[in-house]
Amino acid sequence: MKKHLVSASDLTKDDAVLVLDTAKELAAISDGLVKKLPTLRGRTVVNLFFEDSTRTRISFEAASKRLSADVINFSAKGSSVSKGESLKDTAQTLQSMGADAVVIRHGSSGAPHLLATRNWINAVVINAGDGTHEHPTQALLDAYTIRKQLRNNTGDLSGLRIAIVGDILHSRVARSNAILLKTLGATPIMVAPPTLLPVGIQDWSGEYSYNLDEVLPKVDAVMMLRVQQERMNDAYFPTAREYARNFGLNIRRQKTMQKHALVLHPGPMNRGMEITAEVADSANSVVIEQVANGVSVRMAVLYLLLGGTNNETGDNK
Amino acid sequence: MKILLKNGSVKGEKVLDILIENDKIIKIGAPNSIQDNEAEIIDLTGLIVLPGLVDLHTHLREPGREDAETISTGSASAAKGGYTAVHAMANTLPVADTAGVVEQVWNLGKSVGLVDVYPIGAVTIGLLGENLAELSAMADSKARVRIFSDDGNCVSDPVLMRRALEYVKAFNGVIAQHAQEPRLTKNAQMNESTLSGQLGLTGWPAVAEEAIVARDVLLTEHVQSKLHVCHASTAGTVEILRWAKDKKVNVTAEVTPHHLFLSQIHCESYDAKFKVNPPLRREEDITELRKALAQGIIDVVATDHAPHPREDKEGEWNSAAFGMTGLETALAVVATAMIETKLMTWTDVARVMSEKPAEIGQLTEHGRPIAENEIANLCIIDPNASWKVDAKDTHSLSTNNPFDGMTLKSKVVHTIFRGRFSMKSGQVQK
Repeated sequence: MKKHLVSASDLTKDDAVLVLDTAKELAAISDGLVKKLPTLRGRTVVNLFFEDSTRTRISFEAASKRLSADVINFSAKGSSVSKGESLKDTAQTLQSMGADAVVIRHGSSGAPHLLATRNWINAVVINAGDGTHEHPTQALLDAYTIRKQLRNNTGDLSGLRIAIVGDILHSRVARSNAILLKTLGATPIMVAPPTLLPVGIQDWSGEYSYNLDEVLPKVDAVMMLRVQQERMNDAYFPTAREYARNFGLNIRRQKTMQKHALVLHPGPMNRGMEITAEVADSANSVVIEQVANGVSVRMAVLYLLLGGTNNETGDNK
Repeated sequence: MKILLKNGSVKGEKVLDILIENDKIIKIGAPNSIQDNEAEIIDLTGLIVLPGLVDLHTHLREPGREDAETISTGSASAAKGGYTAVHAMANTLPVADTAGVVEQVWNLGKSVGLVDVYPIGAVTIGLLGENLAELSAMADSKARVRIFSDDGNCVSDPVLMRRALEYVKAFNGVIAQHAQEPRLTKNAQMNESTLSGQLGLTGWPAVAEEAIVARDVLLTEHVQSKLHVCHASTAGTVEILRWAKDKKVNVTAEVTPHHLFLSQIHCESYDAKFKVNPPLRREEDITELRKALAQGIIDVVATDHAPHPREDKEGEWNSAAFGMTGLETALAVVATAMIETKLMTWTDVARVMSEKPAEIGQLTEHGRPIAENEIANLCIIDPNASWKVDAKDTHSLSTNNPFDGMTLKSKVVHTIFRGRFSMKSGQVQK
């Protein structure tokens, strides 16, 4: 595997399957009585969050702690960052404190790429979401969830068709999923009104459609993306009701899907907007499971990027 | 003081000797036909002699951002690059929107004395696009402003643009438009394309430039004025310019060295030294821009030299400043893009980097024929030099040169400004 996880494209198919397989093993341990592994004892993981994201941060925090790493949470709010400190200075500060891994969430696309390539820092860089670019661990946990449900938790996702519905234009989740699903042999189908698909979508791997009803009966899973409030005031679509009518997942639409077809959502959900409460709470919805799988997958990423190379204090005792 | 330039190839056409006395060329003749015992003799065998280069688009940052550039350092950078005249853009602090500010810039340029600095006046007060600045006062000032631009901002209001075009007719002025429809480019970061979608950077669509160029061409025709299009960057803009020139609309256009050479693919690095406005475009655009320059559809090369201090360029892409330096690499980039590819000759380079820009700026002592009794503003080039750009090796206060590390062909060896060396054998003569 590459040293850093900045983009889903950093993972080959073998790498991705290895992450999923490792997550499976770690999940089995997490389900036991003693949830903690000594693998990363003495290693320091910094959660460097320039944007609020309680869910992703606590998921990484739980993953790090279950591997016995020391966790430092660095939130941009109330820190020197809000006083104008540069990314470079922040990175060099963390370097001086001996960070072994930096989990970074940043509002600017490419910020994790800079951390990983600029020699400001030696630590492993894990992208926890950058601007409208990528969120690779979210794609990994989605793939894990789909594989567990539909592929008996082994191998790849070849042959599966997965719809990703909503604000593709601004979604880092969609970008990482489009790449990773393709890597794992599945076909991603981007579904949105034309205003919420990026220019050049025809050049992306996979397919795209403006019509959710046509797509739904032929997919094995549907991933509903959150529609941000600010999009509603910027002419991407006429009204929230019209959006929900055409692109919201309701019970009527869910009934057109195949029996086994899963419903995913990266959260937090706008119930009644892109997904109705009935669908979110239905038997085929795996939204809650995604959260649990998120911890396992992030443990696997940390384990492979940190423990895999330097595990003298780790699990081989 | 006399200088005898021997065996230089004038515009790559004819090898001649040139005798300069004080600020003028006093004699030109066949090699070894001129004898003068008092003159300093400089052998230019194998070198090209062009009229001194003229830049229509330079950000000298003074007054206001002397941490990025000053008129002194920018002038030195210009001399190093072969320029004898530059046009200083109006987006300083305070903005060059009054006779007072443009005269200050003019005076500072004179006192540095390495290059003629011609201020460009703002079209609107504070570049805000709301009220016309006192254009006539700037035109009548000691700085004799003829080019007006809100560069950095687009004069997007069509009525204001119309009025500006009409108003400057009174003193034969020209409006240099930064063509960027602001609503189509809100928070825009790079060329809108498949790549911008993949990188998650907000797109700057070609249509945002082309829509303004098309509108302004039509307005210019309607009010019978003069328009100059700053930094044309797309194949679509070239098409509109071709149409406008066919219709004899009084429009000229410039292209930057970076838009002739660098494509959007560099944005993949998220290295903000490639962040510029208008953004780097597609390979197809580069091809069309080069053709248009060779054909005269695009009239001139202008640097859009835009220095920024390191802290404004080394952070994350979204928060970094737009712009690139370019005075010292412009000639070599044009030579590499246009001469090495056989699209143009040195005569053409003289046209697009000196004669035409001087004509647009209405300069009487630059871009002139290399002939007796002309002011001796000259740029002397080694066409066979091949050199690796080092952004840190510069007279500019800023190092945001995107060609850093790249190998270019041709190098400016000497610059003669008003009869004396402003740069000699690579050394700026302060």
